[in-house]
Amino acid sequence: MNPVLAATSISVRIGGKTLLDDVSLSLGFGEIVALVGPNGAGKSTLLRVLSGDLAPHAGTVRLNGRTLASYGPRALAGRRAVLSQSLNVAFPFTVAEIVRMGAGDGRGRRIDDLVEAALAEVDLGNFHERVITTLSGGEQQRAHFARVLVQLACGEAAHGPGLLLLDEPTANLDLRHQLDVMAAASARAARGVTVVAILHDLNLAALLAKRIVVLDHGRIDSDGEPGRVITDAMLERVLGVANAVGRTPAEGTPFVLPHAARKLLPGKS
Amino acid sequence: MTQASASDAPRRSAWRKSMRVLVPPVLLVVLLLAAAVAATIGAAGIPIGRIVAAFGLAPGNPALVDRDWLVLWSIRLPRIALAIIIGGLLATCGAVMQGLFRNPLADPALVGVSSGAGLAAAGIIVVGDRYLASTGVTLPIEALPLAAFVGALLTTMILYRIATREGRTSVAMFLLGGLAIAALANAGLGLLVFLADDRQLRDINFWMLGSLSGATWAKVGAIAPFLVALACVLPFIARGLDLLVLGEMEAFHAGVSVERLKRTCVVLVAAAAGAAVSVSGVIGFVGLVVPHLLRLLIGPGHRLLLPTAALLGAALLVIADTFARTLAAPAELPIGIVTAVIGAPFFLYLLLRQRALLGP
Repeated sequence: MNPVLAATSISVRIGGKTLLDDVSLSLGFGEIVALVGPNGAGKSTLLRVLSGDLAPHAGTVRLNGRTLASYGPRALAGRRAVLSQSLNVAFPFTVAEIVRMGAGDGRGRRIDDLVEAALAEVDLGNFHERVITTLSGGEQQRAHFARVLVQLACGEAAHGPGLLLLDEPTANLDLRHQLDVMAAASARAARGVTVVAILHDLNLAALLAKRIVVLDHGRIDSDGEPGRVITDAMLERVLGVANAVGRTPAEGTPFVLPHAARKLLPGKS
Repeated sequence: MTQASASDAPRRSAWRKSMRVLVPPVLLVVLLLAAAVAATIGAAGIPIGRIVAAFGLAPGNPALVDRDWLVLWSIRLPRIALAIIIGGLLATCGAVMQGLFRNPLADPALVGVSSGAGLAAAGIIVVGDRYLASTGVTLPIEALPLAAFVGALLTTMILYRIATREGRTSVAMFLLGGLAIAALANAGLGLLVFLADDRQLRDINFWMLGSLSGATWAKVGAIAPFLVALACVLPFIARGLDLLVLGEMEAFHAGVSVERLKRTCVVLVAAAAGAAVSVSGVIGFVGLVVPHLLRLLIGPGHRLLLPTAALLGAALLVIADTFARTLAAPAELPIGIVTAVIGAPFFLYLLLRQRALLGP
C-alpha cells in the first residue's frame, strides 16, 4: 500500500548549521509514530517540514502521493492538523471560540457537536465561556488540542482520515491528562488517522507508539518497534545515559527508570 | 478563585451574547444622535427644529431656511461627514493593525504610521512649493493622499520587519520600533518646518496636530471610496485575523494563506491611515481606544469587531470634533489634542494591564 506521508532525503540548513541531514521517513495509513531524541536533535524541525511550514533545502515530502508544496493552505488544513508548543493568545477569546476556530467557516449542529465532544475529550467540558488567557498552561494546551481535534474531524468528514502532528502534546500536562491525550491519539489512529508525536518521555512513547523514530544530530539513529529501539545501547549512544532500561515482566515492554540511570563521562558517549 | 470565575462564566456569556445583538444598533443610534447634535452646535447655532425645516421636512421661515441650509450644506454637513469617514477609517485601521500585530497596543498614530504618512504629505507640500513651483509644474491634487499612502505603507512594512521574527511578534519590539519610527518621522517633519515658509508652516502644523477644519464635499468625496473599499474587504479578512491570534504558523496550519492575509492587512492599514492623514492630519488614539472598548463589550471576534469599530470610531470623532469646535470658540482646538487628552491616559491604563506581556 502507498504511504500516506513520505519524506525523502530531507535536509534543512539554517544559518550554516545543518538541522536535518538526509532524513527519510515513510508513514502508513493509521500508523502511530513517536519521534524521540535529545534537545536540539531536529525533532521540531522535522515536524515543521512534515507540516509544510518549512520548505526543506533538499528532499521532498509527499502527502497522499502529492508534494506538500502543491497543496494550498486550505487544502492542506483539510488533510493534516498540527498541535504546536507553547501558544500565546493575545486577545481574550473564550475556550469555545478557540476550539471552534478548528472548524474554519463551518457552522451548525454538526460543528456544535464536534466542539462539545472535543471539549469533553480533553476534560474541559465546563470551560466553554472561560477566557483562554486566564487558564493555566496545561489547560490552554488542552484547549488547543481540542481545536486541533475539531480541525481533524472536519477534514476527515470531507477527505477521509488525515494526518495528525503533535509537538510535545504532553509537555505541560499532569499524568491523568497525559494519558487522556495519548488515548485520544490512539483512538484517531485506530480510525485510520496517521499520527506523529514528538515525545520526551520514553515510557509514554513506548506505551503510545508501535513505532519509535530516534533522531540525533539531525539524522535518524534508529527506527522500529519500541522493544527493539529503546535499549541501553541506544540511550548510551544518543543521550549519554547508561543502564536505564528495564522490561515489564509479561509483555517485555521497555521502560526507562531514571533511578537506575548513570550519566556517562564526557568523551565516552 | 478558579471556582468563582468558573461560576461567573455563564453570566458573562449571556451578557456578551446580548451585547452582540445590542451593540451594533445602539452604536448606529449614538452616531446619528451625535451627528444631529453636531449639526446644531457652532458659531451660528441652529436648533434642531430649524434643521428639520432646512431639510424641507417641515415648514419654516423662508429667510432662515435659506441661511440655515447654506451653513449646513457648505460648512457643517461636510465636516460631520468627514468626521464620520475618518473616525471609521482610523478605528478600523487600529483594529486591523492590532490583529495583524497580535497586540492590543497598536494605533496608527502611536507607532509612527500616521507620522510617516504626515511626513510624506508635508514633504510633498514643501518640495512641491519650493522646487517645482519655479519650474511651472504643479502637482495634481491626488499627489497628497498618494504620498500619504506611500508613507504609511513604508512605515507599516518597516514596523512589521522590526517587530516580527519567524512568525512571532514581540510586543516590546513593536512599541519601541514604533517609537523609533515616529521619532524619525517627526525629525523629518521638524526639518521641513525649518525649511518651510510661513504659509507652508501653517499647512505642516496642521498635519502634526490634526484638524477637520476646511472640510469640503470634495475632500469627503476623495476619501469616501477608501471607507467603502475597506468595508468590502473586511468580511474576507475577519476569519484570518481571528486565527492569526494563535500565531502565524498556527494560522497556516488552520488553512489561512498567511502571507496573503498579511499583505492585504498592511495595504489596508496604509490605505486607511494614509487617506485619513491626507485630509485631517495625525489624529491619535481613536484606533487604540475604540477596538479595546468593543472587545470588552462584544469579545475579540473580528467578524463583529471590525464593523462595530467603524461605527464607534465615527461617533467618537464626531463628538470629539464638536468639542474641538466649541471648547475655545471662536478659535478651534486641533482635534488631535482632544483625542490625545482622552486617549493618552487610556493608553497608560492599557500599558499597566499589559505589564505581564511586556515583562518587568
